Amino acid sequence: MKINKSACVMVLYILFLMLPIYWLINMSFKTNQDILNSFSLWPHNFTFDNYIVIFTDPSWYKGYLNSITYVLMNTLISLAVALPAAYAFSRYSFMGDKHLFFWLLSNRMAPPAVFALPFFQLYSSVGLFDTHIAVALAHTLFNVPLAVWILEGFMRGVPKEIDETAYIDGYGFFGFFRKIFMPLIASGIGVAAFFCFMFSWVELLLSRTLTSVDAKSIAATMTRTASASGLDWGLLAAAGVLTIIPGALVIYFVRNHIAKGFALGRV
Amino acid sequence: MKKTLNQKAWFMVLPVLLLVAFSAIIPLMTVVNYSVQDTFGNNEFFWVGLEWFEEILHSERMHDALSRQAMFTAIILLIEIPLGIFVALHMPKNKGFWSSLCLVLVALPLLIPWNVVGTIWQVFGRVDIGLLGHSLASLGIDYNYTQNSTAAWFTIIIMDVWHWTSLVVLLCYAGLQSIPDAYYQAAKIDQASRWNVFRHIQLPKIKGVLLIAILLRFMDSFMIYTEPFVLTGGGPGNATTFLSIDLVKMAIGQFDLGPAAAFSLMYFLGILLVSYVFYTLMVNSEGQGS
Repeated sequence: MKINKSACVMVLYILFLMLPIYWLINMSFKTNQDILNSFSLWPHNFTFDNYIVIFTDPSWYKGYLNSITYVLMNTLISLAVALPAAYAFSRYSFMGDKHLFFWLLSNRMAPPAVFALPFFQLYSSVGLFDTHIAVALAHTLFNVPLAVWILEGFMRGVPKEIDETAYIDGYGFFGFFRKIFMPLIASGIGVAAFFCFMFSWVELLLSRTLTSVDAKSIAATMTRTASASGLDWGLLAAAGVLTIIPGALVIYFVRNHIAKGFALGRV
Repeated sequence: MKKTLNQKAWFMVLPVLLLVAFSAIIPLMTVVNYSVQDTFGNNEFFWVGLEWFEEILHSERMHDALSRQAMFTAIILLIEIPLGIFVALHMPKNKGFWSSLCLVLVALPLLIPWNVVGTIWQVFGRVDIGLLGHSLASLGIDYNYTQNSTAAWFTIIIMDVWHWTSLVVLLCYAGLQSIPDAYYQAAKIDQASRWNVFRHIQLPKIKGVLLIAILLRFMDSFMIYTEPFVLTGGGPGNATTFLSIDLVKMAIGQFDLGPAAAFSLMYFLGILLVSYVFYTLMVNSEGQGS
């Protein structure tokens, strides 16, 4: 009886989560006429036209490529700078460490709306406007603190004796870090990468403000198309469905680490 | 763990420091700069002191946006936190196919770009083509989120619940996983009621992650921009114009740099203050745990 009740709750909750997504998928396989004229729970005239448009029109598929490019750049940059910093925070105490840690975290709390205009001016003045690296750097504002926070949590779980033994065995710092320490916190790095990917992928305001043509993200393409051509619902739905796929893939790969990462990494 | 004192650790923090200085301090200084100056164009600026801050503090528009924002955050916290705990208690406990499937499906809304979340609900709520709008309309309820402000609020709140409850679920689920079976067995021997098990075993164990959940939901809902921007654009009228939407309207739409900058600083400091209180609470409760 108890198991049944749990199952009921889960089924209801997941149904609630999936219905809107199903509706989007449903619409993406309909023609615009079908969407507007006949209300139906599944597509009667099944069509791939919307997807074909997206995969053949450069202004659409380039949006995806641009987004993926800056998301990957951002993940790499964030991890590269966060690893040594997280190690320092987890192992050593130094002047001002606690204040520094909270200051870093405070950047995660900064509303992107506050930074939109200053970023626009900063990156325009150094000639980086409308490049992938500008968006990647802008997103480090909230991803680096997050990565440091997660990695520090994982690193604290590794006993310090391991470091000391490695030094006695004659490893230098870099050798130790690469060959012994990184494999030990591999799942932590995975979880940190997951969250960097996630927050960079879902962000719209900064990526829209910092790009115009060459590096335009898919999110920006979607909002602009929606307002420009008005009501091409089928196309919009298909574009939306395609943006869900990378996220779904990433979740699938890290599914066994998510729960642990949330608890340990204290995201 | 006891940490060694080592000032050279600063060198390891240096890359982060430089990067964040570039992407946080320089822009923030621009904001500070604008907040105390006025301009007649042509890049000529002059000092106005704290005038903008006073203007913003007394402006009706800001008060309205702030009270809408506070109400929104309060409502979604009141719904999402209890609902999240409730669902987490019913997640399948043993590792296996079903629990993996549940995790993936539950986490899915978190990975959808925020503007697509807006689009999904924009479509879903429309009376002519959306399932939700159509069903409500055929039940005879007057529902139109672009014209009726109650309907707009309802849609935005249900959208946020849909989008973010999963975060609370995942955090609480992770906390619940760390409770050893022996605790439950002991409770069974004592014949503790379901409520007592929750109150005295589960709640204290998930207190830490719950605080993180509340902190994250507070911060993120207070900064919400993209979803209402796509869904209602702040309308009808100003009914769903939250702080971030108003700020972007002011800074990029009307280019009122001075007031916008003063507003930004107070907005940021406000969030920071509340977050600092939470952070201190969190660190303290962590200290008690270990």
